[in-house]
Amino acid sequence: MTQTHTDYRLSQLDQLEAESIHIFREVAAEFEKPVLMFSGGKDSIVMMRLAEKAFYPAKIPFPVLQVDTGYDFPEVLSTRDNWVNRLGVRLIVASVEDAIRDGIVIDDGKTSRNRLQIGTLLNALEEGGFTAAFGGGRRDEEKARAKERVYSHRDEFGQWDPKMQRPELWSLYNGRLHEGEHMRIFPISNWTELDIWDYIGREGIEIPTIYFSHQRRVFKRDGMLLSESEHNPLRSGETVEERTIRFRTVGDLTLTGCVESTASTIDEIIDEVAVARVTERGATRGDDRFSEAAMEDRKKEGYF
Amino acid sequence: MATVKSEQMDLLRFATAGSVDDGKSTLIGRLLLDSKSIFEDQLEAVEATSQSKGYDYTDLALLTDGLRSEREQGITIDVAYRYFATPTRKFIIADTPGHVQYTRNMVTGASTADLGLVLVDARQGLTEQSRRHAVILSLLRVPHLVLAVNKMDLVNFSEEVYEKIHAEFAAFATKLNIPDLEVIPISALQGDNVVNRSENMPWYSGPTLMHHLEHVHVASDRDLVDVRFPVQYVVRPKSDEHHDYRGYGGMVAGGVLKPGDEVVVLPSGMTSKIAAIDLFDREITEAFPPMSVTVRLEDDVDVSRGDMIARVRNAPKPSQDIDAMICWMTNEPLRPRQKLAIKHTTRSARALVKDIQYRLDVNTLHRDQETKELGVNEIGRVQLRTTVPLLCDPYSKNRTTGSFILIDEATGVTVGAGMINSGS
Ligand SMILES: Nc1nc2c(ncn2[C@@H]2O[C@H](COP(=O)(O)OP(=O)(O)OP(=O)(O)O)[C@@H](O)[C@H]2O)c(=O)[nH]1
Ligand SMILES: [Mg+2]
Repeated sequence: MTQTHTDYRLSQLDQLEAESIHIFREVAAEFEKPVLMFSGGKDSIVMMRLAEKAFYPAKIPFPVLQVDTGYDFPEVLSTRDNWVNRLGVRLIVASVEDAIRDGIVIDDGKTSRNRLQIGTLLNALEEGGFTAAFGGGRRDEEKARAKERVYSHRDEFGQWDPKMQRPELWSLYNGRLHEGEHMRIFPISNWTELDIWDYIGREGIEIPTIYFSHQRRVFKRDGMLLSESEHNPLRSGETVEERTIRFRTVGDLTLTGCVESTASTIDEIIDEVAVARVTERGATRGDDRFSEAAMEDRKKEGYF
Repeated sequence: MATVKSEQMDLLRFATAGSVDDGKSTLIGRLLLDSKSIFEDQLEAVEATSQSKGYDYTDLALLTDGLRSEREQGITIDVAYRYFATPTRKFIIADTPGHVQYTRNMVTGASTADLGLVLVDARQGLTEQSRRHAVILSLLRVPHLVLAVNKMDLVNFSEEVYEKIHAEFAAFATKLNIPDLEVIPISALQGDNVVNRSENMPWYSGPTLMHHLEHVHVASDRDLVDVRFPVQYVVRPKSDEHHDYRGYGGMVAGGVLKPGDEVVVLPSGMTSKIAAIDLFDREITEAFPPMSVTVRLEDDVDVSRGDMIARVRNAPKPSQDIDAMICWMTNEPLRPRQKLAIKHTTRSARALVKDIQYRLDVNTLHRDQETKELGVNEIGRVQLRTTVPLLCDPYSKNRTTGSFILIDEATGVTVGAGMINSGS
């Protein structure tokens, strides 16, 4: 038994947790086939934790879906496996490589793996017959995400129409769908990057080691530090050197940059995030840097 | 920025409101900028866009107007959620559109707000849209209201202009339910009285907007007396380890629940005692709003999603005849005899529109009883009959058990927001 709350106040982090658990339960109760999109990054790990809490001591009543770009960090895949095994949930891996081989998406050599994920994901959702897909998007990440509802309706083509979003009042979510449509659900919409770190610290949960400071062989491209890798062939003029770095986001390793950092504990990361002057995506995501509306365009097509 | 861990901070949700172009998005941009919550790459992007559009100032509204069509048209279309924190408080801002066509999105942003921030353009004073939004905020029972008289730079920071708008609004507000009102003269564009005190308005001695947001008292806005626990999800592990476990997951909507409490399950009316309250793998001694917990009962009574746990001598009366204020949000008008889907707490049912008693004129607050329908963005008092009883309270007593949404059964779209006056 814990202490009594004499003033009945709930800290903002506890309020966020309660709101997210409410969303998980609502979806589990109202949708026929939900699935949790798990990238292995810190946001989807927090989602897993919240889902674990929402249904405890029962198991999470839906499977977990990961889109494997083929360019994922091995550290992230091993964390994913640990989580899935500990919670005893079913893991579905949708592979971009397979999707290319099966002609579901077309690799023209110019399109990034990140973009090829869209077709792969939509195909996996359709094949599995999933009607609701939980995503770890946060509204503080990016200005198009800041506009999205918790229940985000997708048409038969998986597309988001930002000008036609359903009103979303109080905590009364509307999960109505027509045949072929599905809902993206964002249970951690209202969390900020700092909240995520505070929560990971408080819960003491496992995240991929690449979030912590380590030595890595990196090179500079378009102002970002990228990891040396067989998937990242060097272009002329690029040179590799060893630096002390960490990752602020995890994704496709050909596009996800790292930052120089000596933060090797959660507390040190929190101190770093609290004074950061650049957004996590601005600092480290090649996919968002192409245009002002890069995220909105990808979301309309069916991105996470 | 944050020096206290977010774990100890409290939370204030606020929503902007007011006519198109009154400066809502600019104000939010200013608030974020002056509280140092804007990242360098975000500001650079906004400066570059402002420059390429040929503006001679940085258009701070671009910080929240995140959609392509919003930036093209220079207006807000849908709510943007933004976040910032001071050492003691985290703020969730809903920056809503002023355009009348997008009122439904304003209602979306305001429905969960603790505080409504209504802007008016000092040159224009109150408009129909500012009145409409004030009426909506009062119907939604947003407990705190700030009227920000904006663009003071364009009226020479005139005290007279401020006083006139203040008086006009105060007169209008007496007819509404607004428990707490603050009126602040600002310039969102230049930053006067937003975070920093204005040197241009020495005659104003009240708080800056930021000071007010940081100090307004919100903890007492919840109902801690009347126990209301809508059952959301039945937790049954069906594992060897937890073979007999049966818990009821939900979010506390009112009151304080404790193990040992005698409770009644509605609508069946069966009584039992709370055996334990679980928060993940811990048993806790008390649960209060807005905690998400799992409640276990001593007896094996039949409880399912849509039921409600309350106290034996303090429970809502199940009712199928609902009298409510409805904010209508779609082009096809609401008419008597219409059938709709209704969602109330964790209960879904169908509802028949029995009568539209009146339409509220948002300018005069006159009740038009001649009306035969409610058009888009109109508000009126409506009688509904539902297929199953709702376990409801007046919205004035509880914002969770007093609210519902109406859904068009053909399109699946949310078309109405309801605030219950009473059930019978
Ligand atoms: N001079 C002056 N101009 C302002 C001030 N605040 C806003 N503006 C200008 O007013 C115009 C409209 O501002 P917005 O912030 O987009 O207005 P809004 O209320 O968000 O509009 P909608 O969201 O479309 O309803 C912009 O050109 C702003 O630069 C102010 O305090 N002084
Ligand atoms: Mg705006």
